[in-house]
Amino acid sequence: MFADYSWSELGSIFAMQGFAGLVLFSVFVLMALGLAIIFGQMGVINMAHGEFMILGAYVTYMCSNFFQSAAPALMPISFFVAMVLAFFASGALGMLVEMGLIRFLYKRPLDTLLATWGLSLILQQAYRTIFGAREVGVTLPEWMMGSLPLTDIIEIPINGLIVMAITLAITVAVAVVMFRSRFGAKVRAVVQNRQMAGAVGIDTEKVDRLTFGLGCGIAGVAGSAFTMIGSTGPSSGQLYIVDTFLVVVFGGATSLIGTVASAFTISQAQSTLEFFLSGSMAKVLTLLTVVGILMLRPQGLFVLKVRR
Amino acid sequence: MKTNDKGGAPRSMLRRKLMIGSAALALGLAAAGVGHAQTPPTGEVNTTGLAVTDDVVKVGILHSITGTMAISETGSVQAEKLAIKQINDMGGVLGRKIEFIQEDGASDWPTFAEKAKKLLVEDKVAAVFGCWTSASRKAVLPVFEQYNGMLYYPTFYEGLEQSPNVIYTGQEATQQIIAGLDWVAKEKGAKTFYLLGSDYIWPRTSNKIARKHIEDHLGLKVVGEEYYPLGHTQFNSVINKIKLKKPDVIYAIVVGGSNVAFYKQLKAAGIDMTKEKPLVMTISVTEDEIRGIGGENIEGAYATMKYFQSLDNDNNKKFVAAFKNMWGEDMVIGDVTQAAYEGPWLWKAAVEKAGSFDIDKIKEASPGIELTTAPEGYVRIHENHHLWSKTRVGHAKSDGQYEVVYETKELMEPDPFPEGYQ
Repeated sequence: MFADYSWSELGSIFAMQGFAGLVLFSVFVLMALGLAIIFGQMGVINMAHGEFMILGAYVTYMCSNFFQSAAPALMPISFFVAMVLAFFASGALGMLVEMGLIRFLYKRPLDTLLATWGLSLILQQAYRTIFGAREVGVTLPEWMMGSLPLTDIIEIPINGLIVMAITLAITVAVAVVMFRSRFGAKVRAVVQNRQMAGAVGIDTEKVDRLTFGLGCGIAGVAGSAFTMIGSTGPSSGQLYIVDTFLVVVFGGATSLIGTVASAFTISQAQSTLEFFLSGSMAKVLTLLTVVGILMLRPQGLFVLKVRR
Repeated sequence: MKTNDKGGAPRSMLRRKLMIGSAALALGLAAAGVGHAQTPPTGEVNTTGLAVTDDVVKVGILHSITGTMAISETGSVQAEKLAIKQINDMGGVLGRKIEFIQEDGASDWPTFAEKAKKLLVEDKVAAVFGCWTSASRKAVLPVFEQYNGMLYYPTFYEGLEQSPNVIYTGQEATQQIIAGLDWVAKEKGAKTFYLLGSDYIWPRTSNKIARKHIEDHLGLKVVGEEYYPLGHTQFNSVINKIKLKKPDVIYAIVVGGSNVAFYKQLKAAGIDMTKEKPLVMTISVTEDEIRGIGGENIEGAYATMKYFQSLDNDNNKKFVAAFKNMWGEDMVIGDVTQAAYEGPWLWKAAVEKAGSFDIDKIKEASPGIELTTAPEGYVRIHENHHLWSKTRVGHAKSDGQYEVVYETKELMEPDPFPEGYQ
């Protein structure tokens, strides 16, 4: 298929393809991080993860509308304000849900699947009632659109760069919180041994609530970022949920590094296959590979060694 | 004649002249005249036990109000309600006011079938306006054929179907596709095409027709054909492939949330559609979808369909004004919404031509029925229960509207089983 092209064209295309793979990697990490915290650290199968993301997207939508009408001059930074608000909105909703629903189900992890699936339906219908069934168009600041032309063929999408930057920032922030802060130490203690953590005076219920809130908040940020590349509608969250679980399970549920590694593997495989095959076949092959590897290694790529 | 100047809406538009067969002319006039004396007795116009009384006839509206398809189907519901209201304001059908029973298909195909059965068996409605996806239509089709109901289906679709119990008010694939391809080959000198679509029956069948037409009839070249799963949100790889192949035209039939992602990423990848290198042509993006995509992200693309909100004719101006008056100033109207609006009017014309609400008589009376007052202009029902209609090419502007740049001279004949295209 490459016979007709010059070397420089091929070089450019492979460079762009490499970049496309990195963007996909960032998207996967961003959507999976929140779930990795909730599923990996707490064992809650949160089927409503996509809806928490879309809450972030709607917050971004409202925020950009507000800035457009009230303070057009501040429009260039509206997106970052929106992202912070999205974190707190989704995080707050997450904590509410934890208080009202999830905390009664910690001993029945499979029931969380049903409960959160119901929650996702409720949230979808709520969005539909509040924002209307139609998708909304989020107006983004001018500077975030378009691309940077490097050569004739190589053009780097600005929104791809922004997604990568956000992903990097969030990943670093999560790593610092989990491995360098007191709160992170508590979370890890609760994950490893709930009774002992309680016995040494850690308020495990509070830790649970904050952890769940943190995971949902990150989902909100992801949703906010995805207004740049995807759709914002009541059921848009469903577009992400399968890939998200795939990344988290493949990476080994309890390991954050595993999540990053698995996002990298899956995104590179998918984006390369998409280039050489058609879209649907690429997806089929990616899924087959993941299933195959999980059969050989059911615990996922990386496992946290925990005494149980 | 006009006895309907109540309420706030501009009603002068409602003087809809329906050109109907000479046999039914007398009845048609009687219906327009609202006089009770002229209302034919129920026993005569309803011999099969439908929900028709001396002053009310019940019909069904069956769309998804909840679930993923609610995004698309809302406009159709609004259009159907507007048409029913307008018909009632001008006296109803055969002197009877239309009452609608609305059911929610909930984006779930078995639910559609169940609700269709409920409407036909329990409510005994005289007609149903509804469905959107082909999957939902396929699910209700056996129900309509078994219980002998009448369905008015609004969406442009892949064809390959023809039922006596369905009137297809949207275009089938050949009507929508061929004129657009001819136009882009002739006017824009396009030589190479890249076909792209979501992975299900409509885009695949449509692209099959497009490929046949491009290769066999126009003698041009298809340089790529690709399908992505429904809901796919990452198009960077295919955009790179397109850049490598440098086609003259990207022919895109992407739907739903994927649509939004596709156009945003196309723009972000530096493909400026206003430069038309490559030119982007679609059959899946109506004004409704642009609301989600954002006008600035799709500016410069071309769409081929039978209706655009910006169509410049009196029927359409009145329709747009009435629609906004009823549902709000910020409403946009896409191709399917307009087709849904035609449903109740075509049914009314058929009932008046047949002089009866009986399903079998409506089936028989439908072919040949003309609507001169449709927002898209003149349409006529073909023997195969699809509509003769013109096809137009629209050029997307940044405000989310299309500018009509081309319109076929003749009505396109509906051909749901096109020979040489399968």
